[in-house]
Amino acid sequence: MTNEALQNLINTWIPDPVTSELEFTEEESQFLNISVQPADLHQLMFQLKNNTDTNFDYLFCLSGVDWGKELGVVYHLESTTHRHIIVVKVKTEDRENPVFDSVCDIWKTAEFHEREVFDFFGIKFNNHPNLKRLFLTEDWDGFPLRKDYVDEINMIVK
Amino acid sequence: METSTVNNNFKSEEYFINMGPQHPATHGVLRLLLTIDGETIKKVEPDLGYIHRSIEKMCERDSYQQIVHLTDRMDYLSSNINNEAVCLAVENALQIEVPDRVKVIRTIIGELTRIASHNLWWGVMGMDVGALTTYFYAFRDREMINDIFEETCGARLTMNYNIPGGLMFDIHPNFVKRVKEFIAHFKTKLPEYDTLLTNNVIFQKRMRGVGMLSKEDAISYGASGPVGRGSGYSCDVRKLHPYSALDKVTFNEALRTEGDSFARYEVRIQEMWESMSIVEQLIDNIPEGDYKVETNAVIKLPKGEFYQKVETARGELGVYIISTGTKNPYRLKFRSPGFSNLSLLNHIAVGGKIGDLVASMATLDLVIPDIDR
Amino acid sequence: MNLSLSITKNIHDWLFNMMPETAASLTEMTLIATVYLAVFAVTGLFLVLLERKVAAWFQLRLGPNRVGPWGLLQTMADALKLVSKELTGTVNADKFLYNLAPYFVIITALMALAVLPFSGEFQAFDINIGIFFLIAISSIGVIGILLAGWSSNNKFALIGAMRSGVQTISYELSVGLSLLTVILITGTLQLSEIVEVQRNGWLIVQGHIPAIFAFMIYMISGTAETNRAPFDLVEAESELGAGFHTEYSGMKFAYFFLAEFINMFIIASIATTIFFGAWLSPFGITESLPWLGVFWFLGKTLVLVFLMMWFRWTFPRLRIDQLLTLEWKYLLPLNLMNLVLMAIIVWLNLTIQF
Repeated sequence: MTNEALQNLINTWIPDPVTSELEFTEEESQFLNISVQPADLHQLMFQLKNNTDTNFDYLFCLSGVDWGKELGVVYHLESTTHRHIIVVKVKTEDRENPVFDSVCDIWKTAEFHEREVFDFFGIKFNNHPNLKRLFLTEDWDGFPLRKDYVDEINMIVK
Repeated sequence: METSTVNNNFKSEEYFINMGPQHPATHGVLRLLLTIDGETIKKVEPDLGYIHRSIEKMCERDSYQQIVHLTDRMDYLSSNINNEAVCLAVENALQIEVPDRVKVIRTIIGELTRIASHNLWWGVMGMDVGALTTYFYAFRDREMINDIFEETCGARLTMNYNIPGGLMFDIHPNFVKRVKEFIAHFKTKLPEYDTLLTNNVIFQKRMRGVGMLSKEDAISYGASGPVGRGSGYSCDVRKLHPYSALDKVTFNEALRTEGDSFARYEVRIQEMWESMSIVEQLIDNIPEGDYKVETNAVIKLPKGEFYQKVETARGELGVYIISTGTKNPYRLKFRSPGFSNLSLLNHIAVGGKIGDLVASMATLDLVIPDIDR
Repeated sequence: MNLSLSITKNIHDWLFNMMPETAASLTEMTLIATVYLAVFAVTGLFLVLLERKVAAWFQLRLGPNRVGPWGLLQTMADALKLVSKELTGTVNADKFLYNLAPYFVIITALMALAVLPFSGEFQAFDINIGIFFLIAISSIGVIGILLAGWSSNNKFALIGAMRSGVQTISYELSVGLSLLTVILITGTLQLSEIVEVQRNGWLIVQGHIPAIFAFMIYMISGTAETNRAPFDLVEAESELGAGFHTEYSGMKFAYFFLAEFINMFIIASIATTIFFGAWLSPFGITESLPWLGVFWFLGKTLVLVFLMMWFRWTFPRLRIDQLLTLEWKYLLPLNLMNLVLMAIIVWLNLTIQF
């Protein structure tokens, strides 16, 4: 499916385009990007996976990103049947307690990737079965991949 | 680290055992928290981070040329393919077209790396199921590849041969001759692997029907590489998104539908044959030309997001670069194949015996620095 | 005249002339024990070296070649190193059992050595229940392994010990039954008499088909009893680290290590004695030189030892349930049928005798 067709299809899923603010963009990226509000994330992801036309069954990359003001997660999805790729982005401005819905129930690989994101960005995921530090120790202070993380002993800043 | 597993509600027969971080079967510093009932595995919980160097954070500080060197230290057994991934990402972002010579050499060395990696895996696979001799057979042949690499770029393992825009320097005059020698040698030696291990009845009993992974689960767990292909999931990036000179060669994607440990084993053995065939197709026709295109001393990527997939020996490596137009990436994420493959270990090991866990883990071919990054 | 016999006889006479009877017997026993200890140590060290050389040969390597000519002193150097190493232990180990365990293993290995007929005269203890004694002794060793695993307070060691218990108890049956099959021909348990019977042809020839089956079963279960690959689940490096001896170091570890090799030697020796005519030369070619018996005995034993090493360096390891399946579902029924077959053959006088 082409990016335009995907965009049109996904738009038809939304009952009210005003409240749920999906943003589509192909600028500065080789894939079609969708920005979604945290509240709609799980619903959209579920549709993307289970709709037979989209069928994004392969979550090949899940990255946490610190955008400076906002924290976000980027999901790279691919369909193993249709072979199209889409990128879903979700952001929140709440740096103290960022929470998104977990997509573990849709893609099992997300369990580990979300733990990694929790570990390094402090982003929490609702309904995650086992959300705890994966790489770092439980008593680690701070979230190293955030841009405002400071560690004067271990980090060499040029 | 105090484990929360201790607080789990154990049934009276179950006990807890700590496998690793120093354990012969975990190939490095992976730590598995096992819940066991007698000899039967009830739960496997990996605990990572013993060799985490936060390469992604370092990348945010380094220039793109420097990043290439860090990728060697992730999956050190397919270091050249890792280098290639970053270089391809940068080249695509800058829209540099590298010369054909570079593409062909990169592919040849990439496939040799794959053979070397699978070779080591085969040796260790045998060790994990208790056949100690395999290791030395594998190293005999792997040594020849390492010698070729050493002659080419001075390093045997962490190669650093690729740079954004091409190669660090041209191939050694002996390169073609020695690669041909190796292929001729390995064609006679690879059948020995089958004689020694594959056809052994004990080995087959240990591997068949163990560590079952269905195609749906493989996709859902994000399995890639031989792990996915052992479950009948066609996921070879070299076929789906060809890079370098891989669109010029013909090869079969090794696919098995059984989904057990033996299928994953067979996929890797077949991949060695396929890689040899790829090298053979290219080695005689390395085009003349430059071995690199000049890039700026300071590489600045345009603003945007770039994603590059390559097929390492372990599966799909993704390099996700977010650039703000400066000389450092704003965020660089490595989607490492081992990390996703590890996440399905619990799924395939539960219900088996301790021996099965070790054998299944060996067929996942985990490299811990690749997982920890 | 037999040289070795005359020496031992002379010493015997000399001791009994010099001392009162009790003291002389005690001195003689001590002397014999010392000789056997020396034999034990030399055999152990030699077998370790042999294993390393054989392994190297299988693995395209050279093996030890630095200490002494052809690396012959390598194991001596290893032994020295092990003696000088610190004896570590775990804090919560059961100290008494922990220290006792290696001796259990090593002493049982030594005791079995006593009844082996190295040659017509070189046999310390020729009791009329020789085979029975050997089987009984060889299964005591497992107690030492169980103790070691239990008292170490280490879960890996415990799993190894439990596996060892399961394995030895199971394969003990096959070892016993396969030997019993052959004993049907001889009608005696005394080792020297079993050897005498074989002057008419080795038992593997006399018993032909069932004897060959018995030999194969014996070698498989014998390998399992010594906990060597492909039955090395007890140690299972890639699964349990080092298994039952994880927490042992220095000389205590060396005891376990040596005992494994001595046990391998004993298993091969029993096979030699029962199936291949012990010190008897093939077709009696050196019957006029009885002292060559030691050579023949060791030669045959080493061939079988080599066979066991061959197993170890080529086969992968079985899984614990496969190990038990092999014994209880295949070897044991086969063994029982084999026993009946042998009984019929002996009954109908179908044995081959020269």
